[in-house]
Amino acid sequence: MSLADKDRIFTNLYGYQPWNLKAAQARGDWDNTKALLALGQDKIIEEIKASGLRGRGGAGFPTGMKWSFMPKESKDGRPSFLVINADESEPGSCKDREIIRHDPHKLIEGALVAGFAMRARAAYIYIRGEYIREAETLMAAVQEAYDAGLLGKNAAKSGYDFDVFVHRGAGAYICGEETAMIESIEGKKGQPRLKPPFPAGAGLYGCPTTVNNVESIAVAPTILRRGAAWFSNFGRDNNKGTKLFQISGHVNKPCVVEEAMSIPFSELIEKHCGGIRGGRDNLLAVIPGGSSVPLVPAAEIWDAPMDFDGLRAVGSGLGTAAVIVMDKSTDIVRAISRLSYFYKHESCGQCTPCREGTGWMWRVMERLRTGDADLAEIDMLWDVTKQVEGHTICALGDAAAWPIQGLIRHFRPELEKRIAENVREAAE
Amino acid sequence: MPKVTVDGVELEVPQGATVLQACELAGKEIPRFCYHERLSIAGNCRMCLVEVAPGPPKPQASCALPASEGQVIKTDSPMVKKAREGVMEFLLINHPLDCPICDQGGECDLQDQSVAYGRGTSRFHEHKRAVTEKYMGPLIKTTMTRCIQCTRCVRFSEEIAGVDEIGALYRGENMQITTYLEKAAKHELSANVIDLCPVGALTSGPYAFEARPWELKKTLSIDVSDAIGANIRLDSRGREVLRILPRVNDDVNEEWLSDKGRFQVDGLTKRRLDRPYVRRDGKLVPASWDEAFAAVASVNPGKSVAVIAGDMVDCETMFAARALAGALGSSLLEGRQTGLAYDCSNLAAVNFNSTLSGIETADAILIVGSHVRWEAPLLNARLRKAAKNGAKVFVVGPEWDATYPVSNLGNDLAVLNKLPKDADEAFKAAQRPALIIGGAGLGKGGLEPSLALAEKYNLVRDGWNGFNALHMAASRMGGLMLGYAQPGGIADLVAAKPKLVLSLGADEVDYTRFAGSTVVYIGHHGDKGAHAADVILPGAAFSEKPGTYVNTEGRVQLADKAVFAPGDAREDWTILRALADALGVSVGFDSFDQLRAAMAKAVPALGREGLADYGALPKGGKAKAEGVIEGYPVKDFYLTNPIARASETMQRCSAELLHGETFAEAAE
Repeated sequence: MSLADKDRIFTNLYGYQPWNLKAAQARGDWDNTKALLALGQDKIIEEIKASGLRGRGGAGFPTGMKWSFMPKESKDGRPSFLVINADESEPGSCKDREIIRHDPHKLIEGALVAGFAMRARAAYIYIRGEYIREAETLMAAVQEAYDAGLLGKNAAKSGYDFDVFVHRGAGAYICGEETAMIESIEGKKGQPRLKPPFPAGAGLYGCPTTVNNVESIAVAPTILRRGAAWFSNFGRDNNKGTKLFQISGHVNKPCVVEEAMSIPFSELIEKHCGGIRGGRDNLLAVIPGGSSVPLVPAAEIWDAPMDFDGLRAVGSGLGTAAVIVMDKSTDIVRAISRLSYFYKHESCGQCTPCREGTGWMWRVMERLRTGDADLAEIDMLWDVTKQVEGHTICALGDAAAWPIQGLIRHFRPELEKRIAENVREAAE
Repeated sequence: MPKVTVDGVELEVPQGATVLQACELAGKEIPRFCYHERLSIAGNCRMCLVEVAPGPPKPQASCALPASEGQVIKTDSPMVKKAREGVMEFLLINHPLDCPICDQGGECDLQDQSVAYGRGTSRFHEHKRAVTEKYMGPLIKTTMTRCIQCTRCVRFSEEIAGVDEIGALYRGENMQITTYLEKAAKHELSANVIDLCPVGALTSGPYAFEARPWELKKTLSIDVSDAIGANIRLDSRGREVLRILPRVNDDVNEEWLSDKGRFQVDGLTKRRLDRPYVRRDGKLVPASWDEAFAAVASVNPGKSVAVIAGDMVDCETMFAARALAGALGSSLLEGRQTGLAYDCSNLAAVNFNSTLSGIETADAILIVGSHVRWEAPLLNARLRKAAKNGAKVFVVGPEWDATYPVSNLGNDLAVLNKLPKDADEAFKAAQRPALIIGGAGLGKGGLEPSLALAEKYNLVRDGWNGFNALHMAASRMGGLMLGYAQPGGIADLVAAKPKLVLSLGADEVDYTRFAGSTVVYIGHHGDKGAHAADVILPGAAFSEKPGTYVNTEGRVQLADKAVFAPGDAREDWTILRALADALGVSVGFDSFDQLRAAMAKAVPALGREGLADYGALPKGGKAKAEGVIEGYPVKDFYLTNPIARASETMQRCSAELLHGETFAEAAE
């Protein structure tokens, strides 16, 4: 069982056709959007809820429920906003980029539909600073939509006024955190806010705000067109729909591919990526959801269904479905140490455990890489990751801690071996 | 009112309280670094973690979590202990172990809390982070390697001071606190960040390496650098006051102090008058006390005596001088040295009636001729709060940077006769309208029209009195209560051509107008008054005598004596008492207690601490407002009084912060 071409949402994922409005319309985007909006806000949210769509940004929060948290009417005159998170900076993730550069109108139409459903005045698309060409495409696509009357006053002749603004980031991973993103859009230093208050109560400019991932928004119009039942046809219970998987690393053909949720890891690799480099036996470990989830060793990942619950069962998570495959040529300690360096580099510095802990963890990891450490330091490092995890304002602390925890959990013998070898070398 | 349980104790907490406040109400100490009652909540140090149910199964930052009905809070569970140890360890791994050479030692939050909540040993074997030095001006000494990024200083300068002077650069472990382009912090309240800093990153520059906190004697006193009467603590060792710190008084200074009040302290030991002088052949020559008293007695003034009170004298000194002049048969007393002559028949008209804490609640404020930021920086912080709460502020007089939005109504006082439309509407709509008239407004005869305006807009209403005068001298309200006001101001004294002029530390007077008089200067600094004197009797500065001060809102406050006056200098009242003997009259007191009792009998309000009651506001006159306010009396914020002028720190602040001089830093 795998996804048939007729069931793909992202039909121009590889850019075989132009991205522009005309081509997008030929693919079915902006097709009578007015009728979608005519369903009414509550019906749209009901439909999204029924489809079982869970947020595609990593946390997997049910999208329909998130939208329903937005106020039904403004009691004090504050408008509501939709913020679309296109700050795709998670190492391994590259799905939003494909959507934006090849199929931007899916996102823009989704912005209108989602914005309408949550009664937002406007959508801000926060695009990663390094995505220069993608930002150009997105801005041009937004302009096309304005010119065609699909955005702005009486958007798509629905009678609803809706604006879309594109805001470019400046290259900080932390701005992918929803409240840091809001700060950044407001022109401040990108640092996460304390919650509560949650963005749905006081977000962008103090107004009710929902922050959604690009993919969550881009799939919404298609779900409405084809029906919740169609979407929930794919995947296991509680893990419905189709998903863009991004497979990188030691596979024969790394790719971004839309597949049904819950597809087994083995099928995903064999069917779309031409198998593991050097064959199945050469697989060492997989990071199944982008750099912030723990790695899973080969034996456990092979038959695991690629969805939120399936990967949680093997001690990891689906995250953004950025599957990083590592074969036995990988220096796994060095790989995780590099991720630690990334989190040290990207910590915003606001709260203590993450600011101080990420640097400490990275330095210990670097020593473990060469074995220049004491055996007791493995337990100490574990302890430090536990001191960071759950003690910070945002989830970056957790994200920095988990890969190391995964390493220690599954590759402790490797760490011990390096320390022992180092001691022997030093003795000789 | 939500009911919560803290460590098994159930209690009700006020609506809107945080979990941290709930724990404090329950008597539990919650360690914290970034949280501060008067600043916004940052929640970034993570030291205040507690266990809260219901909630996620991880510790919660109590400073940012609202207390809600039915919460069960644990502050002493194993999870909390471990969380605190963890955060403490993180704070310490990159904090240098230089407590022995750190000025914060002994009064350091990090030191105290690491003893109480830390693990006791370090597991960190990497190199510690070092941060390049930052320049923050002449007052704030920085050692940024010690910074724990609590951002209290950043929030203070943004929220309280209202200037974007301090901020954070870079991110992660490279995050650094600095001033913009490493320029000096220029705000008048900037040095409060020294008190706020929980570690030794920001310490007092002039006080660097002077003393350890446990060596210091702490004396409660009142700031005399302006008329706010900020509550301060004098830290002294031996005969020298080494530093001045603010005390908490929510009615007056909250817990802030102006830079001048804090750092003029080194002026207390410079340019001091430590022996009597007598002018012989046009030159001041040292003399003994007997010679000096003989020189005064030889004037044989009879009734022809006038007394001029300076800006920093206490009520006791003024009362003693009044008693002496009275015994000689004169009532020529004046304290308004620069010639102000506003009507003082009803003190309610020259008092800050809204009170300093009350003005925060005003919703429309008209400032008439006052550079509040320089004349009373602490009041400006209050006005900023009012403006942040939505008050509309209007200013008559030359523009100055208020740090909050104001609309300037021009320099012409005539605008008071008929306010422009927006101000008129704001005042009509306001629930708590207020007017503040300052020195420049009083000098141009603005009092009467302001009172008329107060009547017109009904500034005095149920539970609210919006009419305020803002003085600049710590002695002003006390002096007015003691009758140091002639109908024509100091001109009346000049016209009387007194044989003897007693100058109580009056340094702003134009003494050429008293050319025919013998001027006896009783004061503590060799400033302008001493230069013009014929006889100098060395007195005590505010730190060297107990005294009563009345601030601009009519609040009577007592200050204690921290140290002895230098050399032969004496407390002022004893000089005046001895002078009475020399002049052959009796003043009716022989001890300080008797003096205070006599003063309380003569002016009962001075015998009671707290706000004096001046009765109802008088009716406004018919006089039309006219005249243009060209400038404000304070020309240089840092050099307004003889102590500040003698202070090297204040001189440097003036040169560097106001006149743009640069001081080369010695290469290290």
